Amino acid sequence: MTVDSPELRDLVPRVLSVLVARGADFATAEDAVQEALIRAMARWNEKQPVDRTGWLITVAWRVFLDMARSDAARRERELRFETEPRAGEIPNDDDTLRLYFLCAHPELTQSSAIALTLRAVGGLTTRQIAQAYLVPERTMAQRISRAKRTVSQVGISRPGDVRTVMRVLYLVFNEGYSGDVDLAAEAIRLNRQLAVLSDDPEVQGLLALMLLHHARRHTRIRPDGSIVPLADQDRSMWDTKLIDEGIEMTYAALGRDRLGEYQAQAAIAALHADAASIEETDWVQIVEWYDELLRFADTPVVRLNRAVAIGEAIGAQAGLNALSDVGEQVPRRDAVAAYLYEKNGELELASRLYARAALNSPSLAEREHQMRQAVRLNRDLNRSPQQTTP
Amino acid sequence: MAKYLLLKHYRGAPAPVNDVPMDQWKPEEVDAHMKYMHDLADRLESNGEWVEGKALMPDGVWVRYDGEGRPPITDGPFAESKDLIAGWMEIDVDSFERAIEIAGELSAAPGAGGKPIHEWLEVRPFPTPTPTVTE
Repeated sequence: MTVDSPELRDLVPRVLSVLVARGADFATAEDAVQEALIRAMARWNEKQPVDRTGWLITVAWRVFLDMARSDAARRERELRFETEPRAGEIPNDDDTLRLYFLCAHPELTQSSAIALTLRAVGGLTTRQIAQAYLVPERTMAQRISRAKRTVSQVGISRPGDVRTVMRVLYLVFNEGYSGDVDLAAEAIRLNRQLAVLSDDPEVQGLLALMLLHHARRHTRIRPDGSIVPLADQDRSMWDTKLIDEGIEMTYAALGRDRLGEYQAQAAIAALHADAASIEETDWVQIVEWYDELLRFADTPVVRLNRAVAIGEAIGAQAGLNALSDVGEQVPRRDAVAAYLYEKNGELELASRLYARAALNSPSLAEREHQMRQAVRLNRDLNRSPQQTTP
Repeated sequence: MAKYLLLKHYRGAPAPVNDVPMDQWKPEEVDAHMKYMHDLADRLESNGEWVEGKALMPDGVWVRYDGEGRPPITDGPFAESKDLIAGWMEIDVDSFERAIEIAGELSAAPGAGGKPIHEWLEVRPFPTPTPTVTE
């Protein structure tokens, strides 16, 4: 029998929150839980304990005491602890939720909050996190230990809230899957746990949004890394089970009548995922949801996507009019303008804009994609006069 | 073994022989170019000569310190005349000759008309470690 790592890591937040609740300092407790995980990996392959959480808590607590004892500088702190904790302590959901808040504390920089969440709540090793973010392990180790120091100092008095946690999970999800660790799947796993602990409908909305995008991810990128636009994705390859779950969750969240930006985004994703083809997409409703989304998050990116939706719902010229609200410097604006001009039959202008979009694309895959759009239009432009005069 | 950086420029390098911007190529010529670049990187990796490849965006600014208590001065975007690096490939090879050979292959990547671009690439050696045995 092998220990399934995500399943094992599901236990991490509860174990850590018990140690902290018993009075262990956060930084040492977190190290102790990591060590207990490593021991569990080695031992559980032979024999799984009946009470796995209890096993982890016992081992982590012993490791913590050893760490506290062996560190001369911490000798004084050691005196505060009895060698054995009181029996019968059960981790409660509020403690675990507080742990999430702590790791996404507003005092932390975004990159620190992400790293600390993945380690202390997610149970990933520093090496795995470093690989996922393509930085040296030493750099990531420093980032995490600085983050731990920060939350040890400020955490308890001002604990943060579920919004900052969602922001962190959203960023982790968007990082995708570049290395050995599937960050998108990890974000979903953590969001599922968060949804058990918190009754904020936005948490459900974010989880639904992730599921609906995750269901499509294998059709969005070809094996060579190139981008497949929504219209060309093979919808028969979408994961219908995840889509059903995502749609159901979206409606459940919306039904609670406390709309927020993640729910609005999930509603848009649900409408895309629910359409059997690009032609059958309900663009009119999508535009309505973008209007709702603007109330919560009036950002250039939302306005840009709204312009695309208007282009589909009403027509290219209407989309171009909507685009006039969006600043020239906004990333991907050229790409959207090119698409709408092409739709409007202005092929030469579209081709020039695609070429410019390629140069300004924030990622290499997008650069190549936009370049190919320009190439495709130029081929058509060069070909059409020859076809009319054979 | 010695490490070399093969530098590719957006501008600042002498003009290549086959100097047609990519958006004027045919779709199949773009495919051929991409495939050539991927294959070359794969081959270097399986040879044990590949270290890393990175690309840079064309935008950026100059920055300098502007004295105590003041924010740094920025100047940008870059002037049209500035030499602009587009990306690099780091290789770890047996000799300078081998580095030149690989740069030559990279420069032969096909462009418009399926013909090699003959792009000029810069080959720069990294400093070598101080040898343990010196006499």
